[in-house]
Amino acid sequence: MNIHEYQAKTLFEKFGVAVPKGAAVQTAKEIEGALAQLDGTNGYMVKSQIHAGGRGKGTFTNGFKGGVKFSATKEKALENAQAMLGNTLVTAQTGEAGRKVQTIYFTEAANLGKRPDGRDDEYYLAILLDRATSCPVIVASTEGGMEIEHVAHHTPEKIFKVQVDPAVGLQSFQARQIAFSLGFSGEIFKQCVTLVTKLYQFYWDKDCAMVEVNPLLVTKEGKLLALDAKVSFDDNALFRHPDVVALRDLNEEDAKEIEASKFGLSYIALDGNIACLVNGAGLAMSTMDIIQHFGGSPANFLDVGGGATKDQVTAAFKIILGDANVKGIMVNIFGGIMDCNVIALGIVEAVKETGLKLPLVVRLEGNNVEAGKATLAASGLTIVSGDSMADAAQKIVKLVNNK
Amino acid sequence: MSILVHETTRLMVQGITGDFGARHARLSLDYGTQLVAGVTPGKGGQVFEHNGFKVPIFNTVAEAAKQTGATVSAIFVPPPFAADAILECYDADLDLAVAITEGIPVRDMVRAKRAMAGRRTRLIGPNCPGLVTPGRGDKSHGGCRIGIAPGYIHRRGNVGVVSRSGTLTYEAVWQLTCRGKGQSTCVGIGGDPVNGTSHLDVIKLFNDDPETDAIIMIGEIGGNAEVEAARWIKAHCKKPVAGFIAGATAPAGRRMGHAGAVIGGAEDTAAAKIKIFEECGISVAATPSDMADALLRIWKG
Repeated sequence: MNIHEYQAKTLFEKFGVAVPKGAAVQTAKEIEGALAQLDGTNGYMVKSQIHAGGRGKGTFTNGFKGGVKFSATKEKALENAQAMLGNTLVTAQTGEAGRKVQTIYFTEAANLGKRPDGRDDEYYLAILLDRATSCPVIVASTEGGMEIEHVAHHTPEKIFKVQVDPAVGLQSFQARQIAFSLGFSGEIFKQCVTLVTKLYQFYWDKDCAMVEVNPLLVTKEGKLLALDAKVSFDDNALFRHPDVVALRDLNEEDAKEIEASKFGLSYIALDGNIACLVNGAGLAMSTMDIIQHFGGSPANFLDVGGGATKDQVTAAFKIILGDANVKGIMVNIFGGIMDCNVIALGIVEAVKETGLKLPLVVRLEGNNVEAGKATLAASGLTIVSGDSMADAAQKIVKLVNNK
Repeated sequence: MSILVHETTRLMVQGITGDFGARHARLSLDYGTQLVAGVTPGKGGQVFEHNGFKVPIFNTVAEAAKQTGATVSAIFVPPPFAADAILECYDADLDLAVAITEGIPVRDMVRAKRAMAGRRTRLIGPNCPGLVTPGRGDKSHGGCRIGIAPGYIHRRGNVGVVSRSGTLTYEAVWQLTCRGKGQSTCVGIGGDPVNGTSHLDVIKLFNDDPETDAIIMIGEIGGNAEVEAARWIKAHCKKPVAGFIAGATAPAGRRMGHAGAVIGGAEDTAAAKIKIFEECGISVAATPSDMADALLRIWKG
């Protein structure tokens, strides 16, 4: 689960991680009050709150450029916020449709310090799971404010990693290693040790999947601040964090994915025109792959899990049919334990209930498969049977492409 | 032999009184597996009955092991309590803990895995279908079925199968069985980012197992485990290996059902892994329908 920057920074503050002072608004009439709380000596940052990245370089559908704006005066901040709030921001990560900006976050602009070589005093800091060791890892870099993948590719020597032993947690010497690796000394060094320690505590206590601060910066006044904050949480651990669940913003999630989750379905929309309905995540992924292999284009990932009951299949068909691009459906079920005939009856009912008119190819394998195939054949519906995954994929691709 | 579990392996089920655990305990009993104990805290002394089988239930794993000689546990405990159930297995010095449970918090697994480091108990999973060593009876009856795989699709033989995904494992097993090729042991290592046993761990066991003559390795996008295994295979493996990687069409940054199936970077993609498989001499299946044939192209059995 992802949260907005302003929510992440509120949590940072609770854990003692230094951030610029800020205030969030959801309506235009709150703007003046929010700005009044902030010190505008160095100006204000006006930041659109959407989950997608690339906000600064984004463009609103009304033509306004930039989802993150520096504003020298209170009047300019108000003007920028009014241009953003309620409008749709398109960034490199949102897709063409963009996202409606429903919250604006104002912060006191920081007086960015300079390094001796004249570069901005910006750094990178992140905490996440290292899958190779099954331990948390802290990643730091002197190259803040840019894509970390870019830094890792071109200047890997500028990335520092510290692995944390979960048995004892982050040690002081490790926080010092990070601060030294970033070249800090004196007062900033101490602030960095504190910030890393508190940030790790937040990551661990709140079951974060990832915490990323980019940039982390040093101000001219000698303060180390988390200027941006990207936080995601482990979905499996949400049951023990009701305060985190309360931060969920359904506006940022795909309506069909939310609907699917109500029926225990795992659904992800893609750009293609052949929908698939599969049991098991690995099989669902490879069903998409085999459709593409035979020249088709998958419209979605959809895992009905181990069950595939009539209600689930009906719900799945309705979600699939909600995608106007879909021109055909492939059902791929390996009914190892469950009775294929029960699944076949579910499919027939679902087709009748949804009034499905699109080509449908069903591949059933497993327990009582002959009875299942007979049920499909006797249904009077135009359901094409596939003998294997390859056979079913070739049939649905042909049916869709020849239309 | 087979690897990890055999026809004579004595099994306990943690969470045997829950719906999920009970259903699969019955199927294992029907398959002829030596399921000798159940564990549900507070229900010790009760008996799990099915088709004439009477399986005693214990309050603790240690007691179940002591009373019945069970050396392996299948864990069907709900996610908030599953890591605790796993750690109870290492406390009792079992040979193997197989965690079927899906949805265990990553932090719990990070701690559990750290606690088990250096201990004798091996963990398989979590979020896995379990493992099967097929029996020699009709439809492989009499084998050791731990977890949720359908038993009857197997056939005793000489191919080792290792996979993160349940249904893809069944797909590969069924393809082999339909072509008359049996399996030594089929291991589902699970779809979570933190798991107890890796592809490589299982490949090494297959490499050392005299009954295993050939191997199918099924992987996914996300993480580096398949690549690590492929490089080891190139350097050390004496047996022919076929492979498949799911997720060629998966978009970057999205979790494809399994918590671990997320493309994190350029190295994580299916195309990158397939390329490395090919470089390492693994016969790559172009589609999931082609897994058994990909093996039979390099191994005549």
